[in-house]
Amino acid sequence: MSGHSSYEPKTGIERWLDTRLPIVRFGADLLDFPTPKNLNYWWTFGGILAMCLGIQIVTGIVLAMHYVPHVDYAFNSVERIMRDVNFGWLVRYMHANGASMFFIAVYIHMFRGLYYGSYKAPREILWILGCVIYLLMMATAFMGYVLPWGQMSFHGAVVITNLFGALPIVGESITTWLWGGFAVDNATLNRFFSLHFLLPFMIAGVVILHIWALHVPGNNNPTGVNVKSKEDTVPFHPYYTVKDGFAISLFLLMFATFVFFQPNALGDAVNYVPANPLVTPAHIVPEWYFLPFYAILRAVPDKLMGVLLMFGAIAMLFVLPWLDTSKVRSMRYRPTAKLYFGLFVLACLILGYCGGRLPDDPVIPGISTFQLLDADLNSMVWLSRVATAYYFGYFVVILPILGLTETPLPQPESISAPVLSHPANAPAGAAASPEKRG
Amino acid sequence: MLRKGLILAAFGLAFVAGPAFASAGPKEPRQASWSFEGPFGKFDQAQVQRGYKVYREVCAACHSMSLLSFRNLGQKSGPFYDDKYPNPNDNPYVKSIAKDYQVNDIDSETGDVVQRTATSADTFPSPFANEAAARASNGGALPPDLSVMIKARPQGAQYVYSILTGYQAPPAGLEVPPNQYYNPYMPGDVSAFYKGKGHVPVGGFIAMAPPLETDKVTFDDGTKSTVDQQAKDVVAFLAWASEPKQTERKQFGVAAMIYLLIFAGLLWVSYRRIWRNVAH
Repeated sequence: MSGHSSYEPKTGIERWLDTRLPIVRFGADLLDFPTPKNLNYWWTFGGILAMCLGIQIVTGIVLAMHYVPHVDYAFNSVERIMRDVNFGWLVRYMHANGASMFFIAVYIHMFRGLYYGSYKAPREILWILGCVIYLLMMATAFMGYVLPWGQMSFHGAVVITNLFGALPIVGESITTWLWGGFAVDNATLNRFFSLHFLLPFMIAGVVILHIWALHVPGNNNPTGVNVKSKEDTVPFHPYYTVKDGFAISLFLLMFATFVFFQPNALGDAVNYVPANPLVTPAHIVPEWYFLPFYAILRAVPDKLMGVLLMFGAIAMLFVLPWLDTSKVRSMRYRPTAKLYFGLFVLACLILGYCGGRLPDDPVIPGISTFQLLDADLNSMVWLSRVATAYYFGYFVVILPILGLTETPLPQPESISAPVLSHPANAPAGAAASPEKRG
Repeated sequence: MLRKGLILAAFGLAFVAGPAFASAGPKEPRQASWSFEGPFGKFDQAQVQRGYKVYREVCAACHSMSLLSFRNLGQKSGPFYDDKYPNPNDNPYVKSIAKDYQVNDIDSETGDVVQRTATSADTFPSPFANEAAARASNGGALPPDLSVMIKARPQGAQYVYSILTGYQAPPAGLEVPPNQYYNPYMPGDVSAFYKGKGHVPVGGFIAMAPPLETDKVTFDDGTKSTVDQQAKDVVAFLAWASEPKQTERKQFGVAAMIYLLIFAGLLWVSYRRIWRNVAH
């Protein structure tokens, strides 16, 4: 890790250990890590996410002690957990709602990174590791949703695994290989359970790399300006342990509201109907956190192109550090970028909204405009297309060009500068240095 | 200003479209109020007992509840729970209810299938031996298992209550197929059977004949046995059966919320104190 260590072994045992396995030093350095003192509450979601992963792993291990991964018993074993296992309802509802909480937190964490330019040099690897975690999370959540073997579990699994069938030549073989047979069946359920158990530990591994990569350049901060001196930082503990702790307690209050009072609000009622391959539900809808990608998939009339675009939407994130040409990290000093970012968040929300509706549903009810190609202009599918175009346009057109053409606002000299002369008690711009670009 | 306006306008566009979904579907369920609603809601034990009687005397003729055992009836917040019998297997009501049923078993000496009296550990016996038998007796339709019914439908309690009380004569021009009944709360599409003028009626066909009638079930506590009362009571019973730990969950939840609020308050005070000398 970067920086010098301020740890002084005090006892004989500590000195003995320190020359052999400096694990106490390692922990002390983590707690002492110099952290910018101006981090706002958007920065607390890293800690919240670590807690979410912990909750999912602990509750998941307990669930696995009672769950039966077999098409004939899976549904009933989940209900048995809810009825006959002591506090099984609590463990299962925490796990099911915990997945949604995990995604709420990860989306906020990602939007924070996008807004404050946390993906820019020297944090590209840190960002990419985050994208890997996100991908693993999506795979884990998808397979976890299949395990209760309700109607939506089964038919969701059919739809998603069939996407790979769109690949030319190898598509069918890949699908058969994923299924472990010629249809979604017991073999599929078994392997999904096995992988659902494995992937969280892979996530935990990548999280360690993510934190390692964070501790080399240190935290970004809301100004985006590098740490210049000791004045700019505070030790992680107790300053950020207490701030993260406070944010975690608020997050847990929201979490608990769902678990105890609305445990099924985020799920689909149809998933309490046992899976029946012969009866397809009226609307197959993924969980809310996949809806934006589902909308992108359905926006494209060609199946293969839809699948490629859906995966492309995530691939964009991986190459983002090299798409954004601006040298200014924080959008606080990029007023035009701020506007486009706001529209990007809106596009993501619209995609999520469209993903939960039928493609032919009208956007404005009761009005039919005119047929444009394959659908009415006033339909979800066209709204998804507009939002999809903006989603990709933001990455491949707006961010590369904007960085070269915009005129950013002056950035502060250091992290401490705007703090010491807060706009509330200083004339505007007094602390700001002349414009710094490039 | 322009920026804010743009964003607001786009939000408006996205959310104005909300109610469109309801236009083609079944009628919105009737809204009854339930004692088990809300964060402090609890089951009304007398109502759940009446509901069990409705289930047993009416619904159970066709619908199974395979996830429930007789012992569940005597567990905490269940219809026959009694403080004196914390172990539901000791509860005399539970024992005597179980005794009314005969269940299949295997004779351990001969291996023959035999009948024996049910115990509190047995699950509710199903009315049909298998799916084919159930369909054969019900004009090809399969009466769904009711164990988790209230969780398995959107607005479950209101929906089941509406179906049970919502049967009505089919509108003029609607031809109801044999062994089917018209119900405006049932999801479906009746346009192929509609010969009348104007809009196609909302709702769909259901294979279940109207199951409830006035005085069909005699309530032991003297409650007037109307269709509406029977429907409400059986829905309360089914809501309990779908989530027998609901009351425990909510009570635990209130305590957890109070704990978390105090915890958050303490952390807030600590945060203010630790950061008091840092300009940030």
